[in-house]
Amino acid sequence: MVPTHYYLILSAVLFGLGVVAFIFKRNIITIFMSIELMLNAVNLAFVAFSQALNKLDGQIFVLFVIVVAAAEAAVGLGIIILIARNRHSLNVENVDLLKL
Amino acid sequence: MSILNYLWIIPALPLLGSALNGLFGRKWPNKIVNTVAVGSTGLSFFAALEAAREFTQLAPENIPWVKQYFTWIVAGDFRAGFDLQVDHLTVVMLLVVTGVGWLIHIYSTGYMAHEGGYYRFFSYLNLFMFFMLILVLAANYVLLFVGWEGVGLSSYLLIGFYFLRKSAADAGKKAFIVNRIGDFGFMLGMFLLFKSFGTLDFVPLFAKAAPMPPDLMGHLGMFTVACLLIFTGACGKSAQLPLYVWLPDAMEGPTPVSALIHAATMVTAGVYVVARSHILFTHAPTAMFVVAIVGCATAFFAATIGLVQTDIKRVLAYSTVSQLGYMFLACGVAAFSAGIFHLITHAFFKALLFLASGSVIHAMGGEQNMQNMGALSKKIRWTYLTMLTGTLAIAGFPPLAGFFSKDSILLNAYQSESGGRILYAFGLLTALLTSFYMFRLIFLTFHGKPRYNEKKVHVHESPKSMLVPLMILALLSIVGGWMAAPAFWGAPDYFAKFLEPVFAQGGVGNAEAAEATAHALETPLAVVAVVTALLGFIVAFWLYIKQPGKPEQLAKSMRGVYTTLLNKYYVDEIYAALIVKPLLWLSSSVLWQVVDVRVIDATVNGIAEGATDLGDGVRHTQSGNTRSYAVWVVIGALVIIAIIFWPYFRVATVGAVR
Repeated sequence: MVPTHYYLILSAVLFGLGVVAFIFKRNIITIFMSIELMLNAVNLAFVAFSQALNKLDGQIFVLFVIVVAAAEAAVGLGIIILIARNRHSLNVENVDLLKL
Repeated sequence: MSILNYLWIIPALPLLGSALNGLFGRKWPNKIVNTVAVGSTGLSFFAALEAAREFTQLAPENIPWVKQYFTWIVAGDFRAGFDLQVDHLTVVMLLVVTGVGWLIHIYSTGYMAHEGGYYRFFSYLNLFMFFMLILVLAANYVLLFVGWEGVGLSSYLLIGFYFLRKSAADAGKKAFIVNRIGDFGFMLGMFLLFKSFGTLDFVPLFAKAAPMPPDLMGHLGMFTVACLLIFTGACGKSAQLPLYVWLPDAMEGPTPVSALIHAATMVTAGVYVVARSHILFTHAPTAMFVVAIVGCATAFFAATIGLVQTDIKRVLAYSTVSQLGYMFLACGVAAFSAGIFHLITHAFFKALLFLASGSVIHAMGGEQNMQNMGALSKKIRWTYLTMLTGTLAIAGFPPLAGFFSKDSILLNAYQSESGGRILYAFGLLTALLTSFYMFRLIFLTFHGKPRYNEKKVHVHESPKSMLVPLMILALLSIVGGWMAAPAFWGAPDYFAKFLEPVFAQGGVGNAEAAEATAHALETPLAVVAVVTALLGFIVAFWLYIKQPGKPEQLAKSMRGVYTTLLNKYYVDEIYAALIVKPLLWLSSSVLWQVVDVRVIDATVNGIAEGATDLGDGVRHTQSGNTRSYAVWVVIGALVIIAIIFWPYFRVATVGAVR
């Protein structure tokens, strides 16, 4: 059986990749995908703990996270489409009208 | 239904008139404004008459008649209610205020007919009536003070009636501010009374005060201080030294206002308050002495200024100040009923004189300088006759009203224990001056040669609405004093008798012994007074009719005295230098430039500038760049994690070192 900390290390690596991509990427869709990556990294940690502790709580949480992620995808993609239509660009640097 | 149960109707009627005219009068024709204003005061007068009739039928134990309508202020033990009170003094004041007020309203309909702001004038005038009635009907000092301030407000509004003229607006402000100084004293007096007696209602307050031992002469006990403070307020309202300066300037208002407010009623409020508080004053001989001295000094001082003024209304204004001094002199020698008596006769003849002078000004098309008048007696016969009546009354010729009241004051002053002879001497001297300046006014205005351009000025007699009030007031100026006449043949003075229930409570003392000596003195003093008045007349006649060039020669030969008098002893200039200038300096160079600009504004602006600077600095974190926000989020998350896990890290590292 794979030890729990393997899962956790993988989860941390995925999450770190997500954060880095979130910060350094300019394409909105890529940023969006990096958010999904972070969410799923967390999911992985949840199920790992769930198995290690032999409790169902973690798995239930994962279901919640998936639901929220789905909702977020619906809203987020809608926003992205609107931005693309209005700005003819997906570069996040161009979305800075609130800047002083 | 008895009006005594519905006393509030008497002041409410003018208030209603004021509200109607003030709210809707702008659109109404003059006739409706007239009807509302004159009607409401007229009804109020008749209500007062009815109240007086019912009052005379009251049983003595029901007097003073106090009616509590509602509680206005409650705070701890303190209660001030909308309570109205009727006693003998109130009845007298009520009739004078509503009666004279009504006549002046009627007169005003003629005098103001061609003026702008007609409805505004009557709205203010009615408002004044309301507050004056509250003042005389009030059953406690607090409600009295409401009326007191209210008449001050109306006075301010009416003095500044021609508010486009700067001098009028300034005069209004001056009146208000000078009165404020007096009111300050009045309020302190009220506070002291409440602290000492626990109530400000007249009946219980005076009942508590009456049995208390009086203050000693020369000691500043509670009574003395309270009385002096109240007298300060009276000085402001009744234009006594040193607060009289506003009254002459108040002549900037329309003439009916001068007659009603600045001669007949409002300015007598101070005398009324002193008379109302007579029980307190009789407990404070020092305060009484001060009242007498101030009254006497004011009477003399103002009369000397009146000698040389050339503006017809100003002469009358100084005469008013002088006559008010007489009233205070009477109060100061504990002759309260004599003071009130003079208040009433003065209300008649001074209202008459002012209204007649208004009629003269009306006839001359707005001219007020007596040096540009002369020889008007033929052209405005009725005005002349009525004004002459008023002059004879104020100069103290028997059997006119002024003779009886002035005589009664002089007699009481003569009998007074503290400095009576000196007070009497100055009173008599003032009577001489009064007679002189009044006849000077008559001769300059109505006799001699015309000194105006007869082609330009079309002299015309005033309309009936102005003449009828003049005639009624002239009649009152003649018969108004006869109530006191029987004193000369040994019968009781009916006026003093009527007021006795009010003024006897104080226990003024051996009234009967005084009466006996009074009878012995009455006739000789009266003769002296009449001779004095005659002397004034003769001097004026000689100077202004026989030797018309003489006054100028006299003025030249006594240049110093003349210019001092003409400039009113430079009192206004002295006040300006001693009080107004330093205050202005303090306000502008200290309070404005330092306290306001450098402290208050600097604090407020400093806080605002600090916030701006802080914002300027923090603003740079809001780049508008989504990715930089993401970095902040990550940093924040890391910081939170670091804080949460810090203890475990430490345990781990410490454990590793060991």
